[in-house]
Amino acid sequence: MSFNRRDFLKTAAITSAAIASPSVIRQAFAADPIKVGALYSQTGGLSIVEKLLASAVQMAVSEINAAGGVLGRKVEVIVEDGASDPKTFNEKASKLVIQDRVATVFGCHTSASRKAVLPIFERRNAMLFYQTHYEGFECSRNVVYSGAVPNQQLGKYIPWIAKTLGKKKFFIVGSDYVYPREMAKVSKKLIEAAGAQWTGDEYLELGHSEWASMVKKIKDSGADVVLSNVVGDSIIAFYREFKNQGLSQATIPICATVTSEIEIAAMGPEYAAGSYTSFPYFMSIDTPANKKFIEDFRKFTKDPKAVTYHSLEAAYFQVFLWKQAIEKSGQVTADGIRDGIRGQTYDAPGGKVKIDADNLHCWLTPRVGQWQPDGQSKVVDAWPEPIKPLAYSAYGETESDLFCTAKGLETAKLK
Amino acid sequence: MIDTMFIGLSLSSILLLVALGLAITYGAMGVINMAHGEMVMLGAYTAVLSRIWLDANIVMAIPIAFVVTAIVGLVIERVIVRRLYGRLLDTLLATWGVAILIQQAIRLEFGLSFFGIHVEGLGPGLQNVPVPAVLQGTFHLAGVEINTYRAFIIVVTAALAAVTWFLLQRTSIGMQVRAIIRNPKMAAACGVDVARVNALTFAFGSGLAGIAGVMMSGFKTVFPDMGTPMVVDGFLVVVVGGVGSLLGSVLSAGLLGEINSVVAALKNDTIARAVIFGVVILIIVVKPKGLFSFRGR
Repeated sequence: MSFNRRDFLKTAAITSAAIASPSVIRQAFAADPIKVGALYSQTGGLSIVEKLLASAVQMAVSEINAAGGVLGRKVEVIVEDGASDPKTFNEKASKLVIQDRVATVFGCHTSASRKAVLPIFERRNAMLFYQTHYEGFECSRNVVYSGAVPNQQLGKYIPWIAKTLGKKKFFIVGSDYVYPREMAKVSKKLIEAAGAQWTGDEYLELGHSEWASMVKKIKDSGADVVLSNVVGDSIIAFYREFKNQGLSQATIPICATVTSEIEIAAMGPEYAAGSYTSFPYFMSIDTPANKKFIEDFRKFTKDPKAVTYHSLEAAYFQVFLWKQAIEKSGQVTADGIRDGIRGQTYDAPGGKVKIDADNLHCWLTPRVGQWQPDGQSKVVDAWPEPIKPLAYSAYGETESDLFCTAKGLETAKLK
Repeated sequence: MIDTMFIGLSLSSILLLVALGLAITYGAMGVINMAHGEMVMLGAYTAVLSRIWLDANIVMAIPIAFVVTAIVGLVIERVIVRRLYGRLLDTLLATWGVAILIQQAIRLEFGLSFFGIHVEGLGPGLQNVPVPAVLQGTFHLAGVEINTYRAFIIVVTAALAAVTWFLLQRTSIGMQVRAIIRNPKMAAACGVDVARVNALTFAFGSGLAGIAGVMMSGFKTVFPDMGTPMVVDGFLVVVVGGVGSLLGSVLSAGLLGEINSVVAALKNDTIARAVIFGVVILIIVVKPKGLFSFRGR
C-alpha cells in the first residue's frame, strides 16, 4: 500500500476534523458538569453513619439533575472515602480541591475531621458544606454549617426543662471530648439563668460503655433530670444501665442532645421511652414534605427501614441551598457561592431554614421530641420559627453582640 | 458502700467472664490468642442471629453460642494455632490476623454482601439483643437495690468458673490439661495425647468466650469491633493473676473490679481506668509472674 500526496492530505484533514469535533460540540452546549465532592467515611467505624449522609447528598444531587441541573449544567458528585480517619480526610480533601478542582465539597461528620480539612479549604479558597450539629467556636469563611450549634439545641431546651417539666436539679453527663464539654459550658449558663442548679458534671471515656458507677452517682446525686451529651455506642449502654439500676424516665428523664432515631433503634425503644431529645428535625415531623423525604430516601437507599435524622436532613437540604447560591450569584466559585448563600432560605423537609448572612451557620427551629415505645419521637414542643445560630454563645455571644460576622471573627471579644 | 461493692463485683464478673477462656488458652497452651475478643463478638452475634432466625431468647442463646464458638475455636486450632506451639510471638501475629478476618467476615456478611444478599443481623451496623423483662430493672435483697441483669451475669460467671474448676481438677482430661500446663513434653512422654487435649482445651476456651459474648450483648451494643477492647482487659486479668492459675484469675478479676468501682465512686471513671493500669504495672514489676503462678520450675 502506498500513499500519494493527495490521499495523505485528505486523511489528515478528516483526522484533524475528528479530533477537533468534540470541543466543537462541547462549546455548542457549554454544559460541562459542575463537579462537587462528597467526602464521608465509606469504611471504618464511622461509616455506618457517614455512608447515609453521603447517600442524602447524592439523592439531593440526583433530584437537582432530574429537574435540569444548576444553571443548565448537570451536577457530578465525586465520592471520596475519609476512612474514619482525620488524616485521610485531609488527604482526600486536598485531592478534591487541588486535583479535581472542585469549588464545593459536602462532607465531614466529626469535628476532628472538619478541623483536619479546614486549612485546605481556607488556603485554596474552596467551600465546605458541613451538616452535623457541632460545638460551635468556629467562624470560617469557607464553611457553610447547616447543622445546629449549642444555642439552637440548648437555648430553648433548658428553660423548657426547668419550666414545663419543672426540673430544678440537673446532672450533666457526656463523652469525654470537645463537643460534650462545650455543650456543658453553655448548659451551665442556661441552667443558672433558668433559676435551676446543676449537681454533677461528669464524663466517660469516648467509646467506653461501663456505666454502672456513673448511673449510681446520678442516683445518689439527688438530681431530678439528666442532661446527656453522650455520643456513639456509649449511648446504648447508658440508657440500658439507667433502666437496669431502677431509674425511671418518668421521675428522672434523660434529656439528650445527641441521641437520635439511630441510637434509639439500636438500644431497643423500651429503654428510652419517655426520655427527651432536642433537635431541629425529627423523623416524626408530620408534614407532607417530610413524609415524601422519608419515602424518597428509603427508595433511594433501597432500604425500606431506613431512618432519617437531623444531620441526614441537613446533608440533604444543604445541597439545595448550594444550588440557590450559585443561581443567585451566577458563579460556580467559592466567592460566588459564599456571596450567594448569605440569607438564602429553603423549605426543607423539617420546615423553613435560612443561612445566616453573618456567620454562614443555619437558622433552625428548635424542637423537643419525647421518645415513644415504638422508637419514634413525639414533638412535644417546637419554637414557632427558626432562631439565629450563635457559634460563640458559650463565650457570651448574643444576637445584639455578634462575635462572628461577615468580616470574620472579632477575636477581641473572646476573653 | 454495699452498692459500690456490688458494682465492683459486677465489674469483676465481667472481667472474669472474658478472662476465663483466655486463662485456659493462654495459661494452658501458651498461645497469645488475639482472636479471643472476636470469639466474644461471635458469641454476641450468635445471640443476635438466634433471636432473629430461631426466636431464641438470651438464655437459650448461651448453649448455642458455646457450641458455635467452640467449633470455630477448634477449626482455628486445627488449621493455624497447632502449627505455632512454642512460638509465642507468632501465635500473637497469626491470631491477630484471624481476628481481623473474623471481623471482616461479619462486616461483609461472609461475602454475601458482594452479591447483594443481605442477612439480617450481620453487616457493619449496630445490633441489639433484647433482654427478657424478668432480667430488667432491680430487685431488693437485704434492703439493697440490686440490678437484676448484673446479678444474672455474676451467677453465670460463678457457674462457669465452678464448671471450669471441676473439669480441671476432678476429671481425667483436666488432669491431662494440668500436666500439659506444667510440662508439655513430660506429659507427652507419659502418654498424654497433647495434640488432642490442646485442641479440646482451645475449643473449650473459645466456647467460654462465646458465652461471655452472649452476656455482653445484653447490655452493650453488638458490632464487629466490640471484642477488641475486651481482649485487653482479659489479658490484664490473666497476667496479674498468674499464667495458668484459675484461682489467680478469679482473684485478680475481683481485685481489679473492686478498685475500678471504688475509685470511680470516689473520683470518676477516667481516673479509675488510669489507677487500674497503674496497679497492673506495679504488680507486674513486683511480681513478674503474676500473683499466683505454677510455672517456671
